Amino acid sequence: MLKQKRWYDYLWIASAIYLALGFFNILFAWLGLICFITPLLIAIIKGNKTYCNRYCGRGQLFELLGGRLGFSRKKAPPKFLRSKWFRYGFLAFFMTMFGMMVYATYAVFWGAPLKKAVTLLWTFKLPWDWVDTSMAAPWMAQFAFGFYGVMLTSTLLGLLTMLLCKPRSWCVYCPMGTMTQGICQIKYRKEFSNGTQSKANC
Amino acid sequence: MVSRKKAALLSKECVACGCCAKSCPLGAISIYRGLHALIDGNKCAGCARCEAACPAQVISLVLEEIAAC
Ligand code: SF4
Ligand code: SF4
Ligand code: SF4
Repeated sequence: MLKQKRWYDYLWIASAIYLALGFFNILFAWLGLICFITPLLIAIIKGNKTYCNRYCGRGQLFELLGGRLGFSRKKAPPKFLRSKWFRYGFLAFFMTMFGMMVYATYAVFWGAPLKKAVTLLWTFKLPWDWVDTSMAAPWMAQFAFGFYGVMLTSTLLGLLTMLLCKPRSWCVYCPMGTMTQGICQIKYRKEFSNGTQSKANC
Repeated sequence: MVSRKKAALLSKECVACGCCAKSCPLGAISIYRGLHALIDGNKCAGCARCEAACPAQVISLVLEEIAAC
């Protein structure tokens, strides 16, 4: 029995286009904020992970590349990946880097020079000076460079774990996934501590 | 006694990503309130697709008597 495809099953196309657009005009990076705000809003207002379960184009992209197209060893990822320590540790690290990027934007806003580079894996600075950013304020361009770096870095990590482990291994330690689940856990804390979870299958 | 295999959530470390729910051809899995996967034992046919899909490796097929705790 094959499930019928819905419109949201094609959001991986949007994800792929987003990554490509950054090469033509870095300012498109701002669109990525949608993938930050939507899951949080859904988790806060509705109290679920529908974004991950249904709409996330990145998850779908990994599923497609690793699953259907076979670019994955389909081996179980190491256990530490799913541990609370690793997931929340990675989230903290990610948010620190995010904060530093926002700080760089703030500095440019107050007159620091714009750096035309995309930082990969928090270390490697790729020169990105073929783009024309004159149509926007320097701080807007700075944020775009920083944010695109975040998106590209997480995609690279996701692709790496997709190749080595299961297609959607990224989802185990994805900061957005950890945050949205954390929000749901806080929202339903009472039930959670009553042990509903451990009886999930009875 | 019939001992059929059915999917069961084996660990509290489910990340609620929904890969299992997506892979199940019978729609036996849902994600409960963004907290964890919920498997409907009555619908599950034991095909093990969810086990293969789960990136956190927390679903496994177990014998029904064990599954029904
Ligand atoms: S865990 Fe991250 S990548 Fe996976 S579906 Fe959720 S938001 Fe998308
Ligand atoms: S074993 Fe097959 S039928 Fe049962 S829940 Fe998993 S995917 Fe669905
Ligand atoms: S695939 Fe695994 S981690 Fe994801 S919701 Fe299902 S059981 Fe949980």
